[in-house]
Amino acid sequence: MSLSTSSNFAKPDDAFRAILEAHRGLNDAQSADLDAALVLILANHIGDLDVLREAIALARRQMLDASQQQQQQQ
Amino acid sequence: MAQQSKTRFGYRRHSNQDRTGGNAAEYPVVVVGAGPVGLSLAIDLAQRGQSVVLLDDADRIGEGSRAICFSKRSLEFWDRLGVGGRMVDKGVVWSIGKIFHGESPLYQFNLLPEQGHKRPAFINLQQFYAEAYLVDRVQELAAIDLRWRNKVIGLEQRNDHVMLTIETPDGAYRIRADYVVACDGARSSLRQMVGAEFAGKVFEDQFLIADVKMTAEFPTERWFWFDPPFHAGRSALLHRQPDDVWRVDLQLNRYADPAFEKLPENVRPRIARMLGHDKFDFEWISLYKFQCRRMEKFIHGHVIFAGDAAHQVSPFGARGANSGLEDAENLAWKLDRVLRRTSPEALLETYYAERSAAADENIRESTRSTDFMAPNSHQEARLRKAVLSLAKETEFGKRMVNGGRLSVPSVYDSELSTADGDAWRGGPRPGASMPDAPIAARGRDPAFLTEAFIEAGMRFTLLEFANGAAVDAPDGVGVIRIGGHDGFSDSAGLAGARYDAEPGTAYLLRPDGYVAARFRYPTRAALDAALARAAGIK
Repeated sequence: MSLSTSSNFAKPDDAFRAILEAHRGLNDAQSADLDAALVLILANHIGDLDVLREAIALARRQMLDASQQQQQQQ
Repeated sequence: MAQQSKTRFGYRRHSNQDRTGGNAAEYPVVVVGAGPVGLSLAIDLAQRGQSVVLLDDADRIGEGSRAICFSKRSLEFWDRLGVGGRMVDKGVVWSIGKIFHGESPLYQFNLLPEQGHKRPAFINLQQFYAEAYLVDRVQELAAIDLRWRNKVIGLEQRNDHVMLTIETPDGAYRIRADYVVACDGARSSLRQMVGAEFAGKVFEDQFLIADVKMTAEFPTERWFWFDPPFHAGRSALLHRQPDDVWRVDLQLNRYADPAFEKLPENVRPRIARMLGHDKFDFEWISLYKFQCRRMEKFIHGHVIFAGDAAHQVSPFGARGANSGLEDAENLAWKLDRVLRRTSPEALLETYYAERSAAADENIRESTRSTDFMAPNSHQEARLRKAVLSLAKETEFGKRMVNGGRLSVPSVYDSELSTADGDAWRGGPRPGASMPDAPIAARGRDPAFLTEAFIEAGMRFTLLEFANGAAVDAPDGVGVIRIGGHDGFSDSAGLAGARYDAEPGTAYLLRPDGYVAARFRYPTRAALDAALARAAGIK
């Protein structure tokens, strides 16, 4: 299996909203704790190390691209 | 504090020391370092018929308990050396580990959940006892010449041998060795003499080890705490040893002052907080940082490195002494064959290939444990916190909690192995160590496969599950037959189950008890080919 990046939710807005709302009222530290737990729970649910590694690679690339763009704008 | 040095040995002048000039005595093997690894290696070599000189720069054993956890695999090796029974009789047998977070138990594991093995998952035994029993065994073997206070101070590599210069209380002398095996520990001076680097990762957190003597009612289990109430924010370990001695291991911070923290009056309140009383005496206190590192090559010319001299890990997995013992059992039969010229010298390269891969695995496992115990960043600490809280209610969380993954033998991906040609649903694959199982012989006590392997001569051995006619085993190969009219019986069915055996199934075992090849219906030609491959004969 490889990482699916096609849209898997019938209503993507609902999924995004659910994650957003989970962070409502939390300070940054609490939010980071929540994300850490969420990542571990979802990673275990996926249960496939190759898919997890692909997901990590994609997330890292996005993060690095975004921070590079930010630096160029400054 | 209790007396630390348990046994002293006398230096004795050897007639080699009277030789002068170019007239140095010649030996096939010199082993340097009479710790658990060097002693075990020397015994294995001697039992195979080699004469061994074993040198040690000290004259005593027992500076603190040091390594305390010896694995099933190590005990099976020691059984082959004739010392396993003494170790187990003195040792504390355990297989249960418990992990706590704060005050609450998080989960527990059983390292040997099944019956039908001669040896337990682990025993705890002070290293000085293990060394003393090994020295006793050495003294029964005329082929080992153990020389205390013989310190190697010079090493010259020649084309096909090594010249050693050895310092003694009577001055220096030289000997010539076909092979030198350096088992001289993490601070190996032979490693420096061959100019090898020993690079790796240093962990900054400091750990305090205290062995305390007390009578206590704790069960014989390995207890590990994250963030216990008696040692907030850090980890702690409690483990039982023989003689009412308990190993306590407390994580300190990286800025702790070792000189201050080591003082018994400063250690005492920490331990008293943990135990809830202060009715104990100290046997040993040590403060350490650990390193995970290995030599790039374990073989330098005719000098071969084994144990801590070759690789070093953090202690939270009992992977130090046990992996050194696995080095010894891996090397002994190979070096014996090379010295007898029944295998080419290239066989020794497979010692490096197999044991360096094992060292990498041990380093990886112990680095992961250490990183879990001492997170390197705020985010690592946050992820650990998430795992620990998820572990309260989820199974996957429990399994992610890493309080040390305890030593299991590596499975070698080795050129000595013959790839499976048949279909297997289980059983040890080529490169794996032989699992034990209970078997019985007519008119004798129940026995174990590991015992049958010893009786068969600790050489290349065919383990066959009878199917009428016996397999035509190559010359010099031992045979263990299960079933049939003259074989061992497998009344519990465990040998058959653990080896995924059908009538006719045969495993070719190496002299160290690892699987070299396996067949559903072995032909003589296939066995000959597998044997040649396993002996490094191309």
